[in-house]
Amino acid sequence: MRRLLAVFALCQFFIATTGAGAEREYREVVIRDPYIELHTGPGRGYPVFFIAERGEQIELLKQRTEWFKVRAERGEEGWVNRDQLATTLNPDGEPFDLPGLSLDDYAARRWEVGALYGDFGGANAISTYGAFSVTPNLSLEFWVQEVLGRFSDSTLANINIVHTFYPTWRASPYFTLGAGAIHTVPKATLVGTVDRTDNFAHAGVGVRTYLTRRFVFRAEYKTYVVFTSRDDNEEIREWKAGFSFFF
Amino acid sequence: MESRVLVLLLVQATALLSLTGCARDRLVKSDGADAEQPPVIEPNVERREIKTAKIDTEDFEVGVFAGQISVEDFGVNTLVGAQFAYHITEGFFVELAAGRANTEPTSFERLSGAAQLLTDSEREYSYYNVSLGYNLFPGQAFIGKKRALNTELYVIGGVGKTNFAGDNRFTVNMGLGLRMMPLDWLAVHADLRDQVFDIDLLGQQKTAHNLEAHLGVTFFF
Repeated sequence: MRRLLAVFALCQFFIATTGAGAEREYREVVIRDPYIELHTGPGRGYPVFFIAERGEQIELLKQRTEWFKVRAERGEEGWVNRDQLATTLNPDGEPFDLPGLSLDDYAARRWEVGALYGDFGGANAISTYGAFSVTPNLSLEFWVQEVLGRFSDSTLANINIVHTFYPTWRASPYFTLGAGAIHTVPKATLVGTVDRTDNFAHAGVGVRTYLTRRFVFRAEYKTYVVFTSRDDNEEIREWKAGFSFFF
Repeated sequence: MESRVLVLLLVQATALLSLTGCARDRLVKSDGADAEQPPVIEPNVERREIKTAKIDTEDFEVGVFAGQISVEDFGVNTLVGAQFAYHITEGFFVELAAGRANTEPTSFERLSGAAQLLTDSEREYSYYNVSLGYNLFPGQAFIGKKRALNTELYVIGGVGKTNFAGDNRFTVNMGLGLRMMPLDWLAVHADLRDQVFDIDLLGQQKTAHNLEAHLGVTFFF
């Protein structure tokens, strides 16, 4: 019996120690607003089921969009909007700097990815790109585009140099220059046509607008000169608009 | 006489020695006593350990879905796919989805017996799209008396490419979806979409509406 008890105690000790080791530590803050409302979900539509008062210490468990999942002193877990946590303090009394992204982060961005939709010489074009900022004004972009037309489909790959005029502005115009290759496949229903690949150069202007968090709206207009194997070069005009994210 | 003076000097010397010795002793002793004495003002500062743990963000959602798609003229077919979403705000999200289905023969092909409009590889329907969604009605749905699920009804629309009948087709999709979340990080989707593209396979250019209904499971991370 005594041995059994000893084994049981040992087991409990192990559970207690491993449990303590496995428990994640969360950021703790002290509420400064008169009270904060805990919702059942991360959105305005979810009902408030609990309220934590000023001076209470809460744990920040995770974040989804502008909502934070918190654990109150009594153990209740719910979602609180960012606005209500903006004035919270660190346990040492210093103001707590709530993690978030602003225009400054956007201006200091390094990487950017995005998808745009538009018109490429009368055909529908879906474009994706990745960009790397060399300086705040200058960035390198790599684009892959798919053009779906009535008589043919094309795939484009190109490299761009983009010069942004006022990188710290919320909406900033830019100028772009680039070159690449286009591969065109005529539709299966057409007879007697062959695939072809040509090089091209292009120039364009556009505007980037910072919307919120990592989200950017982008629209641009480009003119392409395709160096065909025929007598004349082909000129194509393109406009497109879409969204991008920065990191 | 001489010896008396000597004795006196000796006594003086020993007395001095002992005195300085005492003084040194006393010095040492007083040092020890000072260290033992409690300080007049004791700083009553409690050091608090500040946790600077990172806050985990869960803005991405990834998952798989399966359902049925009615491909115009080519029957109702089983569809499977995968989706990836990024939640921008509590309202807006961007979704990337891809799916595929094997289509049935048209009624004409069935009735005529021998005529084949498409080869087997052409019969395969596959697509990808990029869409923007908006959570229109977030709220709770009750199951029985005690259990409540967080739900979101969203509208979604976007553009993409469909590969079907030997060609790529520019496709516009739009629809409605319901996201049910039994756990914070787990969601069950029920989606209705209309995939619209132009097709001239049967001799005449027309706009085909392909209705899709699917159920999906996604994880937030």
